[in-house]
Order: sequence, then C-alpha cells, then structure tokens
Amino acid sequence: MGKYIIRRVLQMIPALFLVSVAVFLIIHNIPGDPAQIVAGPNATEEQIAALTRQFGFDKPLKIQYVTWLKNAASGDMGYSYINNYPVNDMIKQRVPATLELAVAAAVIVLLISVPLGIFAALKPGSFIDFSSTIFSALSFAVPGFWLAIILIMIFSLKLGWLPPSGRPLFSEQPVEHLKSLIMPAFALAIGVSAKIARYLRSSMLEVLDQDYTRTARSKGLYEKTIIGRHVLPNALIPVITVMGLQVGDLLSGAIIVESVFAWPGIGRLTVQAISWRDYSLLQADVLYIVLAFMVINLITDLAYGFVDPRIRYS
Amino acid sequence: MNLKDETMTQTEASSEQQKSSESLTSLAAGALLRHRSGMVGLVITIIIIFMAIAAPKLKPYNELEMHAEDRFHAPSGDYYFGTDEFGRDIYSRILIGARNSLSVGVVSIAIASIIGVTVGLITGYESGIIDTLVMRFFDALLAFPAILLAIVIMAVMGTRRSDTNSFLSAINTTLPAFPAMLAIAVVNIPAFARLTRASVLTEKEKEYVEASRALGAKPARTIFSEILPNVMATLLVQVTVSIAGAILLESALSFLGLGIPLPAPSWGSMLSIGRGYMPFAPWYSIFPGLAITFLVMGLYLLGDGLRDVLDPRRQKLV
Repeated sequence: MGKYIIRRVLQMIPALFLVSVAVFLIIHNIPGDPAQIVAGPNATEEQIAALTRQFGFDKPLKIQYVTWLKNAASGDMGYSYINNYPVNDMIKQRVPATLELAVAAAVIVLLISVPLGIFAALKPGSFIDFSSTIFSALSFAVPGFWLAIILIMIFSLKLGWLPPSGRPLFSEQPVEHLKSLIMPAFALAIGVSAKIARYLRSSMLEVLDQDYTRTARSKGLYEKTIIGRHVLPNALIPVITVMGLQVGDLLSGAIIVESVFAWPGIGRLTVQAISWRDYSLLQADVLYIVLAFMVINLITDLAYGFVDPRIRYS
Repeated sequence: MNLKDETMTQTEASSEQQKSSESLTSLAAGALLRHRSGMVGLVITIIIIFMAIAAPKLKPYNELEMHAEDRFHAPSGDYYFGTDEFGRDIYSRILIGARNSLSVGVVSIAIASIIGVTVGLITGYESGIIDTLVMRFFDALLAFPAILLAIVIMAVMGTRRSDTNSFLSAINTTLPAFPAMLAIAVVNIPAFARLTRASVLTEKEKEYVEASRALGAKPARTIFSEILPNVMATLLVQVTVSIAGAILLESALSFLGLGIPLPAPSWGSMLSIGRGYMPFAPWYSIFPGLAITFLVMGLYLLGDGLRDVLDPRRQKLV
C-alpha cells in the first residue's frame, strides 16, 4: 500500500511537468499584452517597455519557462501582474470559499442521489423509476448557471429570503454566511446528483441480480436487511469511483457558479485571471486545480481499496 | 466443391450475415421504440432538430431586426417569448440559436470522435511506445477540468480573431462558431480515444480478429472493417451523450463571453446578457435556459435509451 502511494505520487511528477509545459505555452498565447494592461491606457512606449523587461517578457519563451519552473519548484509561484501580490497568497485566500462550497454541494449530492438511486433500482420500470429517470435527465440537462439565475429570481428577487450574491464572513454574520451558501451549493450539486443517482441505480440493479442477494432472499431475511446489509454496500463500491470523479466536476462547476454568485473562490479567481490577462496568477491557478484533481483521483483509488478488500494494490 | 458453388456459398453467407445484422438493427430500433424514456428523448431531439432546420420558415421576425418601440416587451401574441434590450424577438433568436447550438454540438463531436476513435483504434491494436506516449498525453489533457481547458483554448483562439492575416481569421469570417467547435472537440478527444482503446483491447483477443489475421488481412483492414463495426454500439451511445455535453459546454463558454461571438444568437450569451435585466425582464433569461435544458435532456434520454437497447446484458437482444 505504502509502495503504491509512493509510486502514484512519483507518477504525478512527469504528468504535472507535462501539464506545466502545456499551460505555459497555452497561456502565453492568450491575447493582450499584460505589460500594456498593467501600465494602463495612457502609458508611454517607454513605460510599457520597462514593464516588459521587469516581467521578463523580452526573454525567449524557453528562458521564461525555465525561470518560472525553477521558482515553482521551490514553491514560489511569482507575483500577480495586476496588483503585485504573491500569487500563492491570493490563491490561499480563495481556497476556503471553494472548499466550503464543494463540501456543502457534496452533502446535498448525497442527500439527493442516494435515496433517488435506491428507489429507482428497487422498482425498475415503475412510475417511480421513470420519474427518477426524467428527474435525473432534467438535473443533468439544466445548466448550473441557468439554475443559479432562476434561484436568484425566486429566492432573492421574488421572496427576498436569500442574498443574491457575495459571502459575508462567518465570524461577523454567521446566519447570513450560511444563507449565502445555500443557493450556490444547490446550483452546483444538482447536475452531479443526477449522475450519481443513475450510477447507483445501475449498480444496485446488478447487485440485486447476484446469487448472494437471491440467497439472502431465500433465507427469508427482511427486505430492509437485504438492501441495507447486502445490496447497498456492494452497490456503492463502483459508485465511489464515480463520486471521486464528480468531486472534480464539482470543482470545475464552481468556475461558473462562483462567477454567477460572486462567490470569492478559486473558480471566480480563474475567470478573473483570464479577463485581467494575469499570466502569473492563471498559471499557478490552473496548476493547483490540476494538482487537486490528481490528488482527488489518488484518494478515490485508495478509498476503493478500503471499501472492497478484494482489491489489492501492486 | 467447384468455384461456382464456393462463390454461391460465400454470397449466401454474406446475405445471411446482412440479414442478421439488419434484423439486429431492426430489433434495436424496435426496442428503442418500446423504451419509454428513450422514446421521450428521441421525440424531443427530433422536434428540436426539425425546429432548427425549419428556423428560417418558422421565425416570425429576423433574429437581428430591432424594434426600438418594443424593447423588453413581455411575452405576447406578437412576441411569443418577449423581446430583448434592442426589441429583438427572443423566439426568433432562440430558433436560430438552436442551429448554432446543434451545429457546435454535432461538428465538435464529429471532429473529436473521428480523431479520438482513429487514435484509440490504432493505439489499442498496436500497443507499444506510441500507445504509451499518446495515452500519457491524453492523461495530461484529462487532468484538466473540461471547462477550464475549453476556456483557456478559447482565450488563445481569441487572439487569432483580430489577426486579419491568419488562417483562423478567414475561417472565423465564414464560420464564427469554429473556435468554440475546436475547443470543445479538443476537450472531448481523450474520452473517445480511451473508450475506443479499451474496447479494442477486449475485441482484439476475440476469435474473429484472430481469424481475420489468419486470413492475411492487413492491420488497417482488421482495425477498420472487423473491429470498428463491433465497437460502434458503445461509440454511438458516447456520441449522443457527448453532443449533449458539448451543447452544455458551448452555452457555458458563451455565458462567459467566450463562445459564439455576438450578435449571432447563442443560448448561452442570451442567458448571460438577460441576467442583467432579471428584475424586470425575467423572460429574457428563462426561455434560452429552457431551450438548453430541453435539448440536452432529449439527447441525454436518447443516449440512455440507446445504452439500454444496445447492451445485450441489459436488453437480452442477442
């Protein structure tokens, strides 16, 4: 197990290197000269040239990349071109908001998808199953940002129950803080819930068809015991992989949802970094998101082994 | 057996094979017609495709025509879905938007599937250093969240839009949605390649592939004539679901101002602009969102139905 983790972590290094090269090349092709943007519309040619030198944009791309990689390897991701803040600090400030949103959304996902998946599988072909299929399709199809707009229309503009945007500090306004979390978390969770419910349904149907389920039935066990002890734990095993992948989806969904609700997280920072042409910030931001994806995948693979002892790591 | 008899036997065998594949197709079609949610999906998809094709005939106004006196007109007999900030008819814009969304979905997935499937077939059949390198590259692409990769690609393509001499600029003039199509295609290529490769790895161990090799067929023939038809069912489901995902992704890009350039109507950008007028013109955001939801839902249900129908374990078709 220890060896497996070390090997997986070591495998991440070349992958991250590849990603860093790709990100560097792509981002340096984004339109707009950051030196020009930082200098402002009234800047002289000399001022722009001085900034270009200061940022090192006058050097060949290869040199720029090597310099950046050296610094990144020592944990220094550079400074924002726009406000000169250390990029690491800017990202650190935004991480708690995104994590909070992702955790709240994950709780909503479980509350919706598990009962939905179970009921649909217990009565396949029934009206409940059909309704759950339609609900899942609807949840998958509703764009998160549109759902966000509709929620704002109803709960903020019409009823005035929830704030339309922002995130007040928990230490200052705890109730308002929690209220501000409800709509973004729900908008983020709904699409993922549909996917998990569908996977759980198929997985349950397969387990219900297994010999050991038939044996449990023939022993005269209560249906509740059969489902709770034999079917559900086995059906959840493949769903865990999907859940791990969906955490990634939650993070990428956050890019849009955070923008709609002005939620001060990593997603909104990414969109802002693009519109500001802040290469330095965007590069670090994208790399951290990709790293988070890889770590989540590793945790999912390990979790898979815990719930299913038949899986051995080699 | 003389040559004539042999030829006749071969012809009979091939006609038998054709009949059996026809009956399998008709069995699958019949099963899809009986599949409740699959049918709902098929009907929704056909209706929206029909509306997109017939849009020029169905639209009551030109989608770019402004009616200054009717700005923010609520839905009525004159304007079924109301009007926008320039007095343009939202219903007509949604109909034309359907063409844009569908074409982005279909073209981007066509590009992704052609490239992804070809790469998957070749790397799956001829394992080796190329397979390892290509798959590691796709792993790196898959490490990006789809929306993030598409945003970054679109941001890069934006440069070429203003560059009047570039090849991309020429395509942009004739096909403004091309950068969005390409970005969405790139995002989808790894999934097609991996899925195809996995199917090929299973298929190439089967007897019919061995038989094809034993008969002296070249690898290209074995891959494209023998293996490809056997992985088509899996790919068909993936294509349907991917088109739904591509339409969602395009609307998200347009919502962020990175998709189909204005003033061409796009459901995502209509939603994004309508958001600013939410308190007094809610219809501006509601109808484009409903359009996206219906189309994606139709494709999703159709994909789900196809998956059930084409999977022998699920439908016991074979």
